[in-house]
Amino acid sequence: MSRELYTKMSQSIVAGDCEAAAALAQQAVAAGLDPLEAITQGYVAGVNQVGEAFTNGEAFLPELVMAGEAMKTAVATLEPEMKRRGTERKTLGKVVLATVEGDIHEIGKSLVGTMLSAAGFEVFDLGVNVATTKIIEKAQEVQADIIGLSALLTTTMVKQREVIETLNNAGLRQTVKVMVGGAPVTRDWVQQIGADGYSEDAIGAVSVAKQLVGA
Amino acid sequence: MTNKIKSITNPKISLNILSDEEVQRIHQATLQIIEKVGVRFPSLKTLALWEEFGATVDHEKMVVRVKADTIEKALKNAPPIFTLGAQDIQQDCPLDGNHVFLATDGCGVEVIDIHTGNRRVSSLQDVADIAHIADGTEEIGFHWVALSAQDKPAETRGLHEIKAVWSNSTKHVQTESIYHETEARIAVEMAVALAGGKQELRNHPVLSLMQCTASPLGQDGGSLDAALIAAEAGIPTGFMTMAANLTTGPATLSGNLVVGNAEVISALALIQLAFPGAPVFYAAAQTASDLRSGAYTGGGPEDFLYGAATNRLADFYNIPLSMGAFATGAKEPNWQAGVENSLSSFMACISMSDMLLGAGFLHGSRIWSYAQMMLDCEIFAIVHKMMQGIAVDDESLAIDTIAAVGPGGNFLSQKHTLKHMRKIFLPQFMDRRPYNVWEEKGDNARDWAIAKALNKLENHHPHPLDPKLEAELEKMISSLEMGIAHEAKH
Repeated sequence: MSRELYTKMSQSIVAGDCEAAAALAQQAVAAGLDPLEAITQGYVAGVNQVGEAFTNGEAFLPELVMAGEAMKTAVATLEPEMKRRGTERKTLGKVVLATVEGDIHEIGKSLVGTMLSAAGFEVFDLGVNVATTKIIEKAQEVQADIIGLSALLTTTMVKQREVIETLNNAGLRQTVKVMVGGAPVTRDWVQQIGADGYSEDAIGAVSVAKQLVGA
Repeated sequence: MTNKIKSITNPKISLNILSDEEVQRIHQATLQIIEKVGVRFPSLKTLALWEEFGATVDHEKMVVRVKADTIEKALKNAPPIFTLGAQDIQQDCPLDGNHVFLATDGCGVEVIDIHTGNRRVSSLQDVADIAHIADGTEEIGFHWVALSAQDKPAETRGLHEIKAVWSNSTKHVQTESIYHETEARIAVEMAVALAGGKQELRNHPVLSLMQCTASPLGQDGGSLDAALIAAEAGIPTGFMTMAANLTTGPATLSGNLVVGNAEVISALALIQLAFPGAPVFYAAAQTASDLRSGAYTGGGPEDFLYGAATNRLADFYNIPLSMGAFATGAKEPNWQAGVENSLSSFMACISMSDMLLGAGFLHGSRIWSYAQMMLDCEIFAIVHKMMQGIAVDDESLAIDTIAAVGPGGNFLSQKHTLKHMRKIFLPQFMDRRPYNVWEEKGDNARDWAIAKALNKLENHHPHPLDPKLEAELEKMISSLEMGIAHEAKH
């Protein structure tokens, strides 16, 4: 019975069907299955399948995003049961994400968030126009492994440097890695401000994040 | 010495990309979205204005919903024709529906150095150099500030940039890099000084401002405030959508046009409600996102279709259009750059987009290349020639000349040939040399294009700005910088 359910779970991810993914998660809980097993044997199989199809050029970005969203919904549905059992999903690391202060451009940052969480990171997305202090506070609060900073304008890009400088001044720079992104961000800029990594797109951001946490 | 501008006018060829009924359906869908879904206007000033004009305002989400009637009536106040003023009035750009003017593209962050060929971060001197070369290039009708002056403070960068262009060229300046109220106020002051008075600026705007929307269905607060300041002073103001299939717009082309259209016409309607009759323009650089990475592509068949379709929409509203063409995604001036920039500019030109943006960029408007700038100008020159179409009259049919040569002769020594041969396009950057010459020389179009740009930088001498005026402009910028420093202290 569980085998069949796991197959359906995997399929719900491949289809990017949030509702089906959530319904199957509830079914698993009702049947007394271990939520961690449901994730690893059911849903993750779907994520891997979509990932592989993407690598082979058979699936495209919207399918990755939808699979990511379905995965997020499934995990969120299983969360209370995991808590009740005192188990926790092992993640690759915690990432605090934000578009910097003065900048309202959202889509790139959100896309990176979806990709990272689908890849197994725990993502805290603070949204857009977020003050430096707020980003650092959140990173400390959740003991983030990575801070991800998005900026689309050359005039707001300077806030990426501000976050790194503030971390330096507070003696916190060694505790967290910093990734930056956004259309005007270049390798030179990354070196200049002393960030740990950058990527021009969301797919690349996942490999950079994995490298940074040694996964 | 006045340098003439090459613009496309009196086109002989045309394209029917959307029927009247299709345009009407896009328009109606747009109105429905603005009325039922709404558009985000994240500026307290504009929300208050919208409320005053009878829109439904969700203050928490900063989203306004506007009745179709309000939008339609407001847009009717927009002037269908106005002129982008140049310091040299011979270089004015009339946006009258019968001209296409090419500008440099903007606003990038890196430049391939003209001397070393190395890629590096852009500075104010680059803005000045590009303006200098563009001033001496007939295909360039007006300027967009091409690069970000990253060696200047973020708060006044946009002002340093426009001053650098004015100091190196008599052509009109349009910027997309002034998007805060305080900076816009100083920009207006500077433009007034350059025009010689407030009314003079209104009559002959030497500056225009372009703002970006925040797709999907959003605006940027600072941009809105800056646009209102500019519009009040009579400075032409436009809003550009870059809504892209898959990411910031739906996967379908007409759906993506609806998203972009809702952003642009809602912003332009607001300007018209606040300042009826203010010169405004429609601007767009819509494209498809890449299926694999989600990145902005700046090319591809969808991009080219938007180039022509958007002008149909702007014409429907009777508002001039600034169309984002060129802007290849290629990393260097190559096959991809040639295909993308030719097709995108052709589609925007054949529909007679008033302003064409723009020459000079690689990697989706991020990296400036002087070679690409010159090559883009050649593409524009080719399209310019094509738009003249084929003349059919007694002289061009050449019956007597054909009869004189008869079967088997040639036309090289005919007077008719001598008379008309200079109308045949002669490229600057196409390699038509014999194979062995190409093999021996080993150079190519890129080398010739760079040499041409370098030659203009060294041998073209732009008309300098009056030193007194230049000092005055500098003082306006530094007053804002001192004000900011003063504020920071307290």
